[in-house]
Amino acid sequence: MLDKTQGGRKVRAAIVGSGNIGTDLMYKLRKNPNFEVVLLSGIDPASEGLARAREMGVGTSTDGAEAVFEDGNIDVVFEATSAYVHRVNAPRYEAAGIFAIDLTPAKVGVPVVPTVNLAQHDTAPNVNLLSCAAQATVPIVHAVTSVVPVSYAEIVATVASKSIGPGTRDNIEEFTHTTSTALADVGGAAKGKSLIIVNPAEPSILMRNTIYCVTGPDVDIEAIRKSVEQRVAEVQKDVPGYRIVLEPFIRDDHVMIGVEVAGAGDFLPTYAGNLDIINAAAVAVAQRRLVGVKA
Amino acid sequence: MTDITFVDVTLRDGNHTYKHQFTSEIVSKTAAALDAAGVDIIEVGHGDGLGGSTVHIGRSPEPAINLIKAACDSVTQARIAVLLLPGFGIFRDLEECKEAGVSVARIASHSTEADTTKQHIRKAADLGMMTVGYLISAGMADPETLADEARKLESYGASYVNLAESQGHLVPTEVAERVRAVRNAVSIPIGFHPHNNLGLANGNILAAIDEGATYIDGSLKGFGGGAGNAQTEATIAALKRAGHTVRTDLPGILDAAQVFADLVAPQPMPVIDNDSIMMGYANVYGGYVLPVKRAAEKYGIDARALIMKLGERSVVAGQEDAVEQEAQALAAAQAKAVA
Repeated sequence: MLDKTQGGRKVRAAIVGSGNIGTDLMYKLRKNPNFEVVLLSGIDPASEGLARAREMGVGTSTDGAEAVFEDGNIDVVFEATSAYVHRVNAPRYEAAGIFAIDLTPAKVGVPVVPTVNLAQHDTAPNVNLLSCAAQATVPIVHAVTSVVPVSYAEIVATVASKSIGPGTRDNIEEFTHTTSTALADVGGAAKGKSLIIVNPAEPSILMRNTIYCVTGPDVDIEAIRKSVEQRVAEVQKDVPGYRIVLEPFIRDDHVMIGVEVAGAGDFLPTYAGNLDIINAAAVAVAQRRLVGVKA
Repeated sequence: MTDITFVDVTLRDGNHTYKHQFTSEIVSKTAAALDAAGVDIIEVGHGDGLGGSTVHIGRSPEPAINLIKAACDSVTQARIAVLLLPGFGIFRDLEECKEAGVSVARIASHSTEADTTKQHIRKAADLGMMTVGYLISAGMADPETLADEARKLESYGASYVNLAESQGHLVPTEVAERVRAVRNAVSIPIGFHPHNNLGLANGNILAAIDEGATYIDGSLKGFGGGAGNAQTEATIAALKRAGHTVRTDLPGILDAAQVFADLVAPQPMPVIDNDSIMMGYANVYGGYVLPVKRAAEKYGIDARALIMKLGERSVVAGQEDAVEQEAQALAAAQAKAVA
């Protein structure tokens, strides 16, 4: 375990969970010269993710988190399994001194949305990334609450059926609580609610997120637009496919905003921007903690 | 000659027509009348079920639990049901409902996404409720897909699978195909919930029953999304004429329809108007009928064009934001064309 890489040594990363999120993360980390992906560990020997990892020469296992402890030399573990599984593994990572980044809605550790609070959590042993929808919408809510108080923020994440796997489908309850709370705790609204809509249309739709911020009708919409525009530009640095599709406008007592996320197409095709937005956050957190200055 | 269990959804699906503004008074008096008429199951809540009161869909004036309690306290024989879409409704909602006296929980998803309901079906079953797997927009999936999804629901422990044809898009032979495919796939009973956009609700019900459906949904005065649900009082009469047995009595249900109509006056019944015909034809979710009309008026665009856009996008239930966004896009294109 180390706090910063020294003399150019690569950070040894393990990914637990070989589904959509974990596999896409593997591709992203491999593109990053600061990291070495030493292990992708899952539970399903037939998983596409493990097959890809083997092809690329990345170490694989079907023993889940056990493989991380067996290796004994992991700097950071990214877990993309399910809330229930991570709750079991988290204390073991902490006991072993392995920095854990949680991509499930387990919310064992501190919640981080990079453009909002990356700099505030430099020592927590476990960082939680909430959900794909939280990563896509909390920045926008925060951009609004930076300008005007929001008594209630509501988000609707509309995703392609093919972009969400069994982990997400089994965790809608946890996803709902975690994301709703984050709109308040991290986004700054007084209260939050999140919805997820799954659409099977072909060709697969891009991830679309609508944000409603109840502010009362008398708000400086220009100031809000400027704030949101700036925030979108910040997110775009790591996720170029993140863009506004519905310019902030006042509708009755709330502001309505729409953003779309097109992915890089590393693992799943570009419709799966939900993977990119949470994985970009994962890499940003790991980079800050273990690599120092952002490359 | 089938024994039918009748599920009245006036006080839930009907909330779409009433812009989600049902009050405890409307609910308690209507539920009492439905109960007196011998309706088996009465579904209550926001149009989109538990947790549906949102900026996205439409906000209700009272907490849903007040309406649900009002219904539970107003009946002696009928079972009270709630609808829950995971992501809208949460575990705590089911717990509160159970405490209030709800005994049936219908857990819903889009017709191709049944595996998003497993958690909540299990939760409702753990609470001792009769749990039902509810497939929304059944007319957007082919028979084989519906059969696969029904198998999943059966494996999660659903007591029956309800095929909700939310668009009023299918004709009787297409309904028959789907019910048949599901009947060949599962051992649990099958329910059917039509909408009337093409005037086919009761015909589709009879076709569904001929293929083995035994639970039927309807709504007083047809209140519900799109051109409305099967009109309960007409459905009861049709079922009896077709020789099926149902506990609900005709005079009682006609009285209930009148009680309800008086309570919601001057709100008229949903009708098969041009917009709802287009929506039925283009297979666009019925819950959008009022949002489409509102957006067309607000942005000065043609409702029909908006409906066609939504059809092209194959929107599913819960995409009210797409209605607003497509309306804005049409208005912008219109402004450009004129310029």
